[in-house]
Amino acid sequence: MALRIPRYLLDQIRAHGEETYPCECCGVLVGEFDDAGGKTAEAVVKCGNTRTDSPANRYQISPAELVRIQRQAQLAGHDIVGFYHSHPDHPARWSATDLAEAHWTGCSYVITSVEHGHAVLTHAFLLQGQEEVKHFEDEAIEVTT
Amino acid sequence: MPTKVLIPTPLRSYAGKQAVVEVSAPTVGDALSHLVAEFPDLRKHLFSEDGKLRSFVNVYLNDEDIRYLSKDATPVKETDTISIVPSVAGGR
Repeated sequence: MALRIPRYLLDQIRAHGEETYPCECCGVLVGEFDDAGGKTAEAVVKCGNTRTDSPANRYQISPAELVRIQRQAQLAGHDIVGFYHSHPDHPARWSATDLAEAHWTGCSYVITSVEHGHAVLTHAFLLQGQEEVKHFEDEAIEVTT
Repeated sequence: MPTKVLIPTPLRSYAGKQAVVEVSAPTVGDALSHLVAEFPDLRKHLFSEDGKLRSFVNVYLNDEDIRYLSKDATPVKETDTISIVPSVAGGR
């Protein structure tokens, strides 16, 4: 299983992290799941970080924005397949907060480390299990052209 | 014409793998009751043991959060769309 994503979309995600530095960026991956459990991102939607109280180390996407994105994806025959955010001056690994606040099992959570304003590493994690016994697994990113 | 309920990707496996479920109900609360009656496995993913929506589950009628409307008693028209969206948040 892997997250397939075109290079230009991955570049958009990383650029978003640089734009919002030293605050965390966030957004949604829209695309398709395949029968093998993998997924393909066909668009990314940049979202605002509503955690204005602590944007340097927290993010939240407005539910109203998620509703609009989910509705538009459904009309286009696509799905929400994942989300992304940045970790300013922090590793591209999921945190305890990331896991506690993650509820979209089967979806990808993509994290980009941004050091001194420059995007460094981008990793993907697959949320598995159910709410009471959920966990992240490393997920390969397959970059397409 | 029944009301559409949009099912988020993590809950589809509990809703017959459907992205959209149609229900006929006068209120949002009734619509959700019909939904979990048809798909019992959905119940624990939407509601806590006391029957309230789980804290991270958002329910919208069109573009409005039902918490700022009339909650479960919010009336539903046939042209409305009910969206279920778990929250998305985190941080380092």
